[in-house]
Amino acid sequence: MRLKRKDILTIEDLGRDEIELILSTAESFKEVSDREIKKVPTLRGRTIINLFYEASTRTRTSFEIAAKRMSADAINISASSSSAVKGETLKDTAKNLEAMSPDCIVLRHPSSGTPQILSRLLRCSVINAGDGTHEHPSQALLDLLTVKQRLGKIQGLKIAIIGDILHSRVARSNIYGFAKLGAEVNIAGPPTMMPCEIEKTGCRAFNRIEDAIKDADVIMMLRIQLERQKTGLFPTAREYSQLFGLDSKKLEYAKKNVVILHPGPVNRGIEISSDVADGKYSLILEQVKNGVAVRMALFYLLMGGARE
Amino acid sequence: MNRLLIKGGRVIDPASGIDGLFDVYAVGGKIAAVKPNLSTPAPDSQSDGWNIIDATGLIVCSGFIDMHTHLREPGYEYKETIKTGTMAAAAGGFTSIACMANTNPVNDNASVARYILKKAAEEGAVNVFPVGAISKELKGETLAEIGELKDSGCVALSDDGRPIVNSGFMRLAMEYAKLFNFLIISHCEDTGLAPDGVMNEGFISTKLGLRGIPNAKEDIMVARDIALAELTGGRLHIAHISTKGAVELVRNAKQRGLLNISAEAAPHHFTLTDEAVMGYNTNAKMNPPLRAKTDIDAIKIGLKDGTIDAIATDHAPQNIDEKDVEFDKAANGIIGLETALPLSLRLVDEGVVSLNTLVEKLSANPAKILGLSTKGSLANGKDADITIVDLNMEWVVDVKKLKSKSKNTPFNGWRMKGMASKTIVAGKVVYEG
Repeated sequence: MRLKRKDILTIEDLGRDEIELILSTAESFKEVSDREIKKVPTLRGRTIINLFYEASTRTRTSFEIAAKRMSADAINISASSSSAVKGETLKDTAKNLEAMSPDCIVLRHPSSGTPQILSRLLRCSVINAGDGTHEHPSQALLDLLTVKQRLGKIQGLKIAIIGDILHSRVARSNIYGFAKLGAEVNIAGPPTMMPCEIEKTGCRAFNRIEDAIKDADVIMMLRIQLERQKTGLFPTAREYSQLFGLDSKKLEYAKKNVVILHPGPVNRGIEISSDVADGKYSLILEQVKNGVAVRMALFYLLMGGARE
Repeated sequence: MNRLLIKGGRVIDPASGIDGLFDVYAVGGKIAAVKPNLSTPAPDSQSDGWNIIDATGLIVCSGFIDMHTHLREPGYEYKETIKTGTMAAAAGGFTSIACMANTNPVNDNASVARYILKKAAEEGAVNVFPVGAISKELKGETLAEIGELKDSGCVALSDDGRPIVNSGFMRLAMEYAKLFNFLIISHCEDTGLAPDGVMNEGFISTKLGLRGIPNAKEDIMVARDIALAELTGGRLHIAHISTKGAVELVRNAKQRGLLNISAEAAPHHFTLTDEAVMGYNTNAKMNPPLRAKTDIDAIKIGLKDGTIDAIATDHAPQNIDEKDVEFDKAANGIIGLETALPLSLRLVDEGVVSLNTLVEKLSANPAKILGLSTKGSLANGKDADITIVDLNMEWVVDVKKLKSKSKNTPFNGWRMKGMASKTIVAGKVVYEG
C-alpha cells in the first residue's frame, strides 16, 4: 500500500483516509524501535536528503533515524554548511541535489511555501519538515498518533492548542489534522498572536486559556518562538506565563485524564511549568518516540514497495 | 509633412464631447479635423506622405496615457529598457507613459531626467514623461532639486516604491511643489504597520502562513496625505489605490470640495483578489497587495462615481530570477502595459463604466492630472496621439509574445477580449495589432 501522491506538503491537502493510513502504518513501525536490531530492509538502496535551512535537533534527528531504521541512505545538509552561504538559490540547490538522484528530499525552510515550490521543480518526493509559519505535517501526524494511542480515538475529543498561533506551523497542521479526524479544536492565545480569520480553518478561538481548555481531553502547549518575534507581542515572559502558561492550577479546568502535548523545545516556566511538563499527564517524550515511527511510515508510504 | 486619415471608426473623445462615426484627419502630427466623411485624396497623391487607415468597426480615441510605469532604465536594464518598455506600451495602446523615479541612479536631478528623455527620443516607441523624485535618493529626508526637475521636463514628483514616512517632510514637499504647481504622486503605506508583510492580511495569508498587510497600512497614509493636501493646498495624487477605505477617504475628500486631490487604480487591483497568491504564486505578489472582493467592488464603484480619476498600470518589470524564489524573498510587482486595456474593458462589459468613461480614465483624465495640455483629446490642434481599439478581438495572453523584457504577469494564459489595433503617436503608426 502506498500513498497516491508524490509529496507530503501539508495536512490541509491530506484526506482523512490518507491520515488514517499513515497513522496505522506508523503504529506497525513503532515496534522496530523497540527491537535490539533496530532496522528493517524496506528502503535499502533509497536515498533520502534532509535539507535543513533552519536549526533543528528533534525533527532532523527523527527523520534521519527513521530513514536509517528503514535502511535508506540518509544525508543531512544544513544551510550553514551548504552553498546557501555562497548565495546559491534554493532552486539551484534543489536541482543540483536532484542530479544526484535522491528518492526523497526532506525540507525545512524559514519561508512559508518553499516545499510547494520545490515539489513543482523536482521529480523526487518532497516532505515538508516545517515551512516558515505555514505547516509542519509530520509533527501533527505524530501528535495525532500519540493522542490516538493514549485515548483510543480522535473522533469527538476536545483539543485545546494554546500559545503563539500566529507564528506556529504546528498549530496550523494540528488544527487541520484533528478537525479532519473529527475532534473539536479550541485555540487560545493573546490577540496579538492570533492570525486573521483563523476560525475558518475549522477551530474556535478564545483569548483566555481557561475558556479554551475547559473540559479538554488534550492540551497542546506551543513554544513561544522568541526568534520569530521582531516586536514584543506580549509585555514580558512573566506576564505571558501568568496569563497563558499551563500550571497545575489551570489544569483543573481540563478533564481529569487530560493529555498534555508540547512540540518542543520547551521553555520551562514560560508556556508550561516544569511540574506539568514532567507530570503524569505529559506525553512529551512519547511524542518524540512516535515521531520516528510516523516518519518511517511517511518514507514507506512514499517510496516503499514496487516503484510505479 | 505626414498626413493621416482614419476613416469610418467610432470616434470617442470625451474631452471634446464626441462619440460617433467620424473620420479623423491629422497633419504634421496634429489633429486637423474630426468630421463625418472627409474626402479621401486622389490615389496619385497618396504616396506623398499620406496614410489612410480604415477603422470600420473599430473604436478611435485619443491615445491612452499610463501615468504609472516603471521603465527601469537607467540602472536596471536587465528588467526593462526605455526601448522595450515603450514597445510594450505601444502594444497595449498607450501613446504616452509617465515613468517613475526609482531607477539607479534615482531620477532626483536634471541629468537623469534629461538622460531618460534623450533615450526616449532616440529609442522610445511612445512619448515618455519622467516623474522626478520628491526626495534625494528616495530617502524621504531632503528635497530633490525640484525646480530643476521641472525645467528638465518632469511632469510630476513621486518617491513611488516607497512612502514618505515623515509627515513633516511630506508637508514640506507639498508646500515647495506648489511653487511649480507640481503634482505629488503618493505611494501610501504606513511602514511601521506590518513592516514585513508580503500579501494581503486575511484568511488566505493565515492559510498560507504568510505575513499579512492590513488595509489600514494604506488607509492611514491616504488619510494623512489628504490632511496634508488640505493643509498645504498642494496637488496630491494617490497612486495605485487598493483598499475600500482609501476609496472612501478620497471620495470624502472630493465631496468636501478638495479639488487638488486625484487618484488612480491599477487593473490588477480591480481584477484579482488575494486568492491569486494560492500556491505561492510570486507573480501575484505586488505592493500594495491584491486585496479582497470587497475592495475590488469599492474600487469599481470609485471608478464609476468618479472618485478614482485614472486607470494606471503600475507596470513593474522584474526579472525571472527575482520572482522564481521563495515567496517572501520574491520581488514585488507585475507588468501591466499589455494587459491593461482588455482588463479595463471588462469593466465596460460588466456595466461598471461606459466606454466613454473608460477612455476618460485612460486618456483625458491622466492628461489633465499630469498637465499634458496637448494630449488626452482629439480636438483640433492637439497632438495626433491616437489609439484604435478592436473591442471584439479575442486573444490569449502568452508571455513569450509580450514585448516587455520581463514576463512577470499573473495573467499568462488568460483569455482576453479587446486589444489595440493600432497605436499612433504624432500621426505615425507605432504599433499594429
